[in-house]
Amino acid sequence: MKKIHLEQIEGKSTGYLGLIALLGMFVLGAIGSMLYMEHEGHWVSGMDNQIVWGLPHVFAVFLIVAASGALNVASISSVFQKKIYKPLAPLSTLVALALLTGGLMVLVLDLGRPDRLIVAMTYYNFKSIFAWNMILYNGFFVIVGIYAWFMLDRTMKKYSRYAGIAAFVWRLALTTGTGSIFGFIVARSGYDMAMMAPMFVIMSFSFGLAFFILVLLASYNGTGRPLGDAVVNRLRSLLGTFVFATLYFVIVYHLSNLYATEHHGYETFILLGESGGETYSNIFWIGQIFLGSLLPIAMIYAPGVKNCRKTLAAACLLVVLGGLASMYTIIIAGQAYPMEMFPGMEVVSTTFFDGATTQYSASFPELLLGLGGVAMTLIMIALGIKVLGFLPATLEDSIADPHHKAE
Amino acid sequence: MSNSEVNISRRSFVEKSATAAAALSIAPGVFLHTVAEAKPAEQAVTSAVRWGMLIDTTKCASGCTACVSACNTENGIASHNRPRTDQQWIRKVTLRDKQTKHEISLPMMCQHCESPPCVDVCPTGASFKRKDGIVLVDRHICIGCRYCMMACPYKARSFAHETVDNTVDYVPRGKGTVESCTLCVHRVDEGGTPACVEACAEAEHGAMIFGDIKNPESEISRQLVEHGGKQIRADLGLNTGVRYRGI
Repeated sequence: MKKIHLEQIEGKSTGYLGLIALLGMFVLGAIGSMLYMEHEGHWVSGMDNQIVWGLPHVFAVFLIVAASGALNVASISSVFQKKIYKPLAPLSTLVALALLTGGLMVLVLDLGRPDRLIVAMTYYNFKSIFAWNMILYNGFFVIVGIYAWFMLDRTMKKYSRYAGIAAFVWRLALTTGTGSIFGFIVARSGYDMAMMAPMFVIMSFSFGLAFFILVLLASYNGTGRPLGDAVVNRLRSLLGTFVFATLYFVIVYHLSNLYATEHHGYETFILLGESGGETYSNIFWIGQIFLGSLLPIAMIYAPGVKNCRKTLAAACLLVVLGGLASMYTIIIAGQAYPMEMFPGMEVVSTTFFDGATTQYSASFPELLLGLGGVAMTLIMIALGIKVLGFLPATLEDSIADPHHKAE
Repeated sequence: MSNSEVNISRRSFVEKSATAAAALSIAPGVFLHTVAEAKPAEQAVTSAVRWGMLIDTTKCASGCTACVSACNTENGIASHNRPRTDQQWIRKVTLRDKQTKHEISLPMMCQHCESPPCVDVCPTGASFKRKDGIVLVDRHICIGCRYCMMACPYKARSFAHETVDNTVDYVPRGKGTVESCTLCVHRVDEGGTPACVEACAEAEHGAMIFGDIKNPESEISRQLVEHGGKQIRADLGLNTGVRYRGI
């Protein structure tokens, strides 16, 4: 393998500037949404006292989970010493940091009191997994930031493997923490399962890698830099493995629930759409399972599309959309299913929707806030590759593939 | 005035004074037992007491919302005619047994758990439990993340989805923070009972008893010993301060 040369992009083309402007508008839209929701109060959103976490949280948790997964490429390079991933490791750290920034932006801007962010940073209840997550998120910025610095700075490069190992351990802890936010909720049928933590870890591998491949393809396509099939196909088969693994965890999760009679209600709600769960069931089957898992697997492994970049990009896009559908199913449907407070009883009357399935429909400001988080992520990546040399000048097979043989 | 008249008057004065002094020294002790166990304002809350409530669903009248109205008035909770987002600290729920078809009516509110999940999950510690068992939200450090609402098994908490207009001095509230039943802590600290309990008694249902469940002499403890009191979702092992009869 020849020496890899990392080089900033020029970033002066109309396309690049137009992209930044477009993404900037989305970020402004998100800020506008936040100001609107804060000024009027959250009643203008689709969220209420039953669905307390809505579409912004779907985007936020997806981005945070994907952040950890986007670090895959760097981890495989540094921790597991796979040379083919090495040139992409710095970009992997940039995408990870950008995704976390986007996710946290959405999460913070949706708080009832975003002006009290300093309170969140200075008052810690150490029994709260949420408080632990704040430490894990902040630590992720520091550790991955140092890791990126060590990789890009020639004088510090010798320490980059250690930083990489620290980042690898930290990102596993981070996704475990994020999954546990739901896993630790004892009151709701759809949560309360330790398996949420490893399921989120494996989901992060899949969503993060799909997002990373999309960024890679887009940036090499946009800059016209050579990108060989060796790297792309390696990432393609890795993604296939992760999508399979995620599907496996989802199946085990539902099988475990199906075994326990107390969770049958929730399972028929999600799997069969009973008790008013039609919409949520459709999102699960069509969004998470078919579009987000089965179709991408078919597109990755289908014969004849091995070197087709467009098919790979479409598969990645589907994994991302499927990831959002997964988060929607977990976060929204998990709350929409009525909480079981009085076993053996039916609710005759209530003023607080006891025993009733909540039908959530997101408002436009919520969507704009979520999309703003994605835009923030993409802006950071676009600016990052312009300011610093995150992107290899070329990834053609003769340079990137350690097993390449000259013809 | 003769000397003897003066002496009688003096003796009478001394006797009356002694009686008054004796009454003053004994009275506070008597007073403590007859009214509630009020504590002086400067005295910290202790775990020597645990405030709780016993609700007798056989006495709770279906259709009666006296407790709800009293709570709303006491704590300045007003509806914006948006049931999905309006705050509700206490609500009336009517239930029917699926097998026997027997119906019961009961008020639901914060159950003031001994191990409250809302307190566990709150990232800033805004959700907290006092030593006397009352679970509260410190609305000065609540960031409005709503994780406590995700975690509460009783849907006891509401988020202030819009500007709170008619706050009362003793219940600080505000848009963007989470709130729930305080067990009328402002009354309890002054030796009173929660507004809902008072209203239920005034409506002549007497379905709600409030008191110290650690004091074996209290009415609530006696009733609990005699008739028992079930927890809603006892399976979670939260040891709720609010107990029910007839569920």
